[in-house]
Amino acid sequence: MKSLIVFLCLVMSCMVANAAKTFVYCSEASPKIFNPQLGTDGPTFNASSRPIYNRLLEFKAGTTEVIPSLAESWTVNDKGTLYTFKLRKNVKFHTTTFFKPTRSFNADDVLFSFDRMRLKEHPYHKVNGGLYQYFDGMNMGALLKNIKKLDDYTISFELTKPEAPFLANLAMDFASILSKEYGDFLAKKNQKDKIDLEPVGTGPFIFKKYVKDNVIRYTANKEYFLGAPNLDNLIFSITPDANVRFQKLKAGECHFIAEPSPADIPKIESDKKFKVESADGLNVGYLAFNTRKKPFDNVLVRQAINLALNRDAYIEAIYLGKAKKAKNPIPPTMWSYNKNVKAYEYNPEKAKKLLAQAGYKNGFSAELWTLPVSRPYNPNGKRMGEMMQADLAKIGIKIKLVTYKWAEYLKRAANGEHTLLQLGWTGDNGDPDNFLNTLLGCDAVENGSNFAKWCDKKFQYHIEQAKIVTQLDQRIKHYMKAQEIFKNQAPWVTLAHSTVFKAMSKKVKGYKASPFGAESFYGVVLE
Amino acid sequence: MIKILRQRFFAFFPTLLGVSLLAFSLIRLAPGDPVMLMLGERGGTPEVYEKMRTSLGLDQPILWQYLKYIGQVLTGDFGTSIVSQRPVLEEFFDRFPATVELGLSGMIFAILLGVPFGLISAAKRKSPVDYTLMGGALLGYSMPIFWWALVLIMFFSVNLGWTPVSGRVSVMYDVEAVTGFLFIDSWFSEDSWEIFKSGLHHLLLPALVLGTIPLAVVARMTRSSLLEVLREDYIRTARAKGLNEKRVIVTHALKNALIPIVTVIGLMLGTVLTGAILTETIFSWPGIGRWFVASVEARDYPVIQGGIILIALTIMLVNLIVDLIYVWVNPLLREHS
Repeated sequence: MKSLIVFLCLVMSCMVANAAKTFVYCSEASPKIFNPQLGTDGPTFNASSRPIYNRLLEFKAGTTEVIPSLAESWTVNDKGTLYTFKLRKNVKFHTTTFFKPTRSFNADDVLFSFDRMRLKEHPYHKVNGGLYQYFDGMNMGALLKNIKKLDDYTISFELTKPEAPFLANLAMDFASILSKEYGDFLAKKNQKDKIDLEPVGTGPFIFKKYVKDNVIRYTANKEYFLGAPNLDNLIFSITPDANVRFQKLKAGECHFIAEPSPADIPKIESDKKFKVESADGLNVGYLAFNTRKKPFDNVLVRQAINLALNRDAYIEAIYLGKAKKAKNPIPPTMWSYNKNVKAYEYNPEKAKKLLAQAGYKNGFSAELWTLPVSRPYNPNGKRMGEMMQADLAKIGIKIKLVTYKWAEYLKRAANGEHTLLQLGWTGDNGDPDNFLNTLLGCDAVENGSNFAKWCDKKFQYHIEQAKIVTQLDQRIKHYMKAQEIFKNQAPWVTLAHSTVFKAMSKKVKGYKASPFGAESFYGVVLE
Repeated sequence: MIKILRQRFFAFFPTLLGVSLLAFSLIRLAPGDPVMLMLGERGGTPEVYEKMRTSLGLDQPILWQYLKYIGQVLTGDFGTSIVSQRPVLEEFFDRFPATVELGLSGMIFAILLGVPFGLISAAKRKSPVDYTLMGGALLGYSMPIFWWALVLIMFFSVNLGWTPVSGRVSVMYDVEAVTGFLFIDSWFSEDSWEIFKSGLHHLLLPALVLGTIPLAVVARMTRSSLLEVLREDYIRTARAKGLNEKRVIVTHALKNALIPIVTVIGLMLGTVLTGAILTETIFSWPGIGRWFVASVEARDYPVIQGGIILIALTIMLVNLIVDLIYVWVNPLLREHS
């Protein structure tokens, strides 16, 4: 009898072990395409670059730390203009029903991937629209002087000028590595467009099928160079409505849901079957002054408004307490964050005095543009605008709230038509340059992402120096100084750094929430 | 019948031209620039902005863009989506079967319940049954669809666990798309019966939600149309001949009352077959309504233009079919044509 029980137990444990582990992620939107070089949105990155592809360098799970991936090691010359990468050997591209690779990853694939984006004459440059928004937006074309294959497993990137954030840039989604062999195979069949629709990468999951607006299927890459994933199948069930995603989680139709509504977080936390994991978001919500328009060209006015806004109240009402009050333009989790900068306290009396000192004793009237879309850095722009209107009325500033449709809002703001503008930013690569230079640098005034239209010579000097020097301690010093200048000159009111929440079944183990808000299910175990 | 077909054929081209002109100009008059939406908070240098405009063909004069577009449409090319970079026609037909399945199911539900409800109400006029059914119809007509769908999901899917929350079929089944129609494709799969059942199971709530308003309209229309017919002399004659009330209503009155009912059903069919935006969004139904709204949000000009023309074509086709049925139902028209 005992032996029979042991036998039955063994059979049952074998059955459990053999049962395919299928993980269902209820995502919020359809991917636009399966190539991160051509995308800019979270759903596209979550469905392509994270499961399917790798990059030369990656961000360590749950952090902004850059670690080796397809590149095992690298060296930088003294000038900081030549980066040489040693590539990992025996990394296999996916074998799928539509392509069987005959060779492992090598330098040709790196050249193919970057040349597609940077060279207009490349046979794949114009395929599927040929809009490489991140690559172009970050001016990578102008930065990359040359990319040279030194041997099959060594490749060098020559830059036109020193650029310290370059390594972090290479860990971004758009820098994913595609298979040249697959590209050649499709070109021969005259089916180049399929490279971005039926993707082949080196990542932990193999693309199987996409049913438009419905479901994406992946299988585990058992030959993944960092070890096979713990899941056998990965499914993205596309569910656009946040309420319905929550109901699907409750009904057991998905293990993990994208972007839970902040109002549902307490309900999910209180249910024993689910858990919520959070990470400090790599973001900032702000109110920008158009420093080229009166009276916001006057630093005293800007400081007065900083003192007049009760940001604690906004965090409670708008972010439901799930955010940190911001004092710097970069989030506290980012290296070089200046803890010593003194935040503007809520002090309407002092604000009134500063206004009087600036020559506006009786206040003035101004327009405040409220964010027309919900973003993690500002979930309800209109409500926040109303609260700001009430706060500013106390110091004599009459605010008229204005808003436009999102595209129109961005266009008019880029043209500098605003006076006070709500906006925010979610970081791409964990480098302070991605906030301080992208949002506050003098070049960004023309680029349209410096909405304060603020160009301060001293600030500019420090952020430029921080790009040139490669020693981290030197970069930190420059960024610390830049934050002090920013605080004193107050081109923005820094509002909040919101927390990123992830809701999932308790069966999900080993998930690490990314500060970028990205979803990666490699390393996840389903119990 | 041939006359109707001839009339429709000649009306087809001016209608198409009018629809295309409207679609083309309205979306361009609406505020919002697709390039700015693509750039987002990041912005871009004027060179990057121009490069994007050029590659999307938006740098050309508007009139030229329109003429080029019309030329393309006449050759069956509806352009390429800015967002997915796939041909609009391919994108449309990838999603259309899902919309047709849902729309037809919703309408079948509405007709199967709406006509009998209207009949009973008319037969039991001014009785508690009539008040209950017509009160229910009024409630169904005025119910916010979004709220109604969520209530049904919470009750049937989450609390009772009888129906799935959303989707077209269980994600565990990998159905090979042969025709795009799940209930046909399921028979080409290994687990055909299981997939068919799962599809049916998934269809229940969305069809019920989508069919709620048509059900209310059909019921009310059946009732009022029938009451009108029941006042006619020939009905009085039928009753005088001693026919029972059931036979009077079903055999004599209903046939003549059908004409306005068919018209209403036709109109509603056109609407549900061209995408039920809210129902498709809530039930994660991969149809054209959801696709179309996402395209409007992204200012995906080719999809909006092409989508409107394709939707107009669908409505024209449905109306033609309804008109042909109308002729068949109405002997007067049959003789006339």
